[in-house]
Amino acid sequence: MTAHPLIRMLDRGAVLFLALLGAFAIAIPVLNLLVPEGSALHVSTYLVALFGKYVCYGILALSIDLIWGYAGILSLGHGAFFALGGYAMGMYLMRQIGTRGVYANPILPDFMVFLNWKELPVYWYGFQYFPYAALMVMLVPGALAFVFGWFAFRSRVTGVYLSIITQAMTFALMLGFFRNNFGFGGNNGLTDFKDILGFNVQAEGTRNALLVVSCLALAIGFLICRAIVTSKFGKVLVAIRDAEARTRFLGYRVEAYKLFVFTLSACMAGVAGALYVPQVGIINPSEFAPGNSIEAVIWVAVGGRGTLTGAVLGAFVVNYAKTFFTSGVLAPYWLFMLGGLFIAVTLLLPRGVIGTYNHWRDGRGEARAAGVPNAPPHAAK
Amino acid sequence: MEQHTTTALLYLNGITVSFDGFKALNELSFLIEPGEMRAIIGPNGAGKTTMIDVVTGKTRPDAGDVYFEEGTYDLSKLDETDIAALGIGRKFQKPTVFDMHTVEDNLLLALKNDRRVRATLLWQSSTPQERRIEEIFDTIRLKSLRSRVAGSLSHGQKQWLEIGMLLAQEPKLLLVDEPVAGMTDAETRQTAELLKEINRTKTVIVVEHDMTFVRDLGVRVTCLHEGSVLAEGTIDQVSQNERVVEVYLGR
Ligand SMILES: Nc1ncnc2c1ncn2[C@@H]1O[C@H](COP(=O)(O)OP(=O)(O)OP(=O)(O)O)[C@@H](O)[C@H]1O
Ligand SMILES: [Mg+2]
Repeated sequence: MTAHPLIRMLDRGAVLFLALLGAFAIAIPVLNLLVPEGSALHVSTYLVALFGKYVCYGILALSIDLIWGYAGILSLGHGAFFALGGYAMGMYLMRQIGTRGVYANPILPDFMVFLNWKELPVYWYGFQYFPYAALMVMLVPGALAFVFGWFAFRSRVTGVYLSIITQAMTFALMLGFFRNNFGFGGNNGLTDFKDILGFNVQAEGTRNALLVVSCLALAIGFLICRAIVTSKFGKVLVAIRDAEARTRFLGYRVEAYKLFVFTLSACMAGVAGALYVPQVGIINPSEFAPGNSIEAVIWVAVGGRGTLTGAVLGAFVVNYAKTFFTSGVLAPYWLFMLGGLFIAVTLLLPRGVIGTYNHWRDGRGEARAAGVPNAPPHAAK
Repeated sequence: MEQHTTTALLYLNGITVSFDGFKALNELSFLIEPGEMRAIIGPNGAGKTTMIDVVTGKTRPDAGDVYFEEGTYDLSKLDETDIAALGIGRKFQKPTVFDMHTVEDNLLLALKNDRRVRATLLWQSSTPQERRIEEIFDTIRLKSLRSRVAGSLSHGQKQWLEIGMLLAQEPKLLLVDEPVAGMTDAETRQTAELLKEINRTKTVIVVEHDMTFVRDLGVRVTCLHEGSVLAEGTIDQVSQNERVVEVYLGR
């Protein structure tokens, strides 16, 4: 307990993770920009964008693991915070189009001209400025999570009930964003982006830059999460996860703890969505689909709940599998495979990949300390 | 707010709690003076744990008053967190520790400290706190198990850990529900000594079935039955009470 906070935070797993992430963030752009196209080592620009997308999913998975893995809050609506962050970024990108749109209106995005709107809605004000949009990327999901959490946690809604209302939240938002009069482009969403901070979003250089920025955001998010879970605050979170009532009787205000991490987690999800949108080139209401949020929870379960690195790994692996299978003859069966994967992990590997590895390693460490060579790991309870 | 002229640390008057029409507590009234230690006995289902639940804010009474510190705080209006912050700590009947945390972290979480979000985010260990934890380890004799996860402790060790957590909280009033269940005779005797030691500076309510233990404590005894006080007095007075013998001791 006397270890310096930095040492506690950066254990071997964390350092390894950051090193791998750094290597990835350097290697991909190098292989894309510097290695000639004919070479076997060349990474196509398509893959750069794809990997960039995975990194954003990794940030989303991290945000879910922080609340689910450590505080026991199973949100099945985190896709909503991701999508809201994405829309905030999308609004900035729309306003950058300016006169290059089909209707060449300097202020109004095309879909508004098409709907015969004369003026920009007030809530679109300011989004032409990147810093304002960047603030909204975190503020809007954060504010929604704060209000939602304030009511839910104060009324002590937990477990399955909380999961259900988070699903209802994302579903309600999806229905809203589908409506044209909501002012976010209806079911087409926001698309046809031209540039970001003056750089063409389609350009190779921009794509690589977005990948690097996403990796950086993932690294920062990871460090924040590590700082939190290795602090005393993190110990309180685990206490709440395992014995909420007991934690209250010790005098901790459980709802304040939950509200803090839930809001922080929503802000992280918002950042993930904001980085995702310029890389995929579109944001539409289907991002709010309840299934998306559930999928993200599956990534975390597969990689290992309550491990942080596992969540990111799960997001990468499951999405790579998804890309692989949905582009082949097996495409119609992907959802069955995903469902099957979830059931298999729940039954056979309840700690997830990284969780199982950690457990095995700790078990070996304890056995060695006790002088018992090759003792079997503790049986799961 | 109405002023309650009582010198009692804990004041219960006419407390009724019903579960689906069944009265777990039925007009229960008693007083605990500051610095007192009180043993509560009574048959299974008498309402002993429910009484603790009412005092600690887990259960709201349907009727009656619960006041703390000479009538200053109306406990029926406060929640568990506020009540704990006032200095009321409890040990559960079924030992409840944080299974995934180490023994030491269990104590650390219980240690009297600023409980707010910002304070725990920025928390750093300090020498006085570490010393306090060592002191508690000396008392509860679990030092050699400090880095074990609490979930791997035996029932008796968990009881001790929970008593240690209660000490770490430094409450003014301790509510201890069946502390010696699952302990050996020697451990039971040690626990009685420990509680007497604690009682030198704090007020204690102990719920226990073990009559030898209650006798060891040598304090005033209240016997509950069907949600009300059946008898109160010294252990000899209570154990000679005909009704007590009939419903509890003589079974
Ligand atoms: N949440 C609840 N819902 C319904 N009935 C309850 C509830 N809690 C307690 N009871 C009932 O209230 C009565 C008093 O229970 P309580 O736990 O207070 O008894 P006790 O004196 O602590 O008994 P024991 O010695 O067995 O611990 C019991 O009949 C119990 O079944
Ligand atoms: Mg009981």
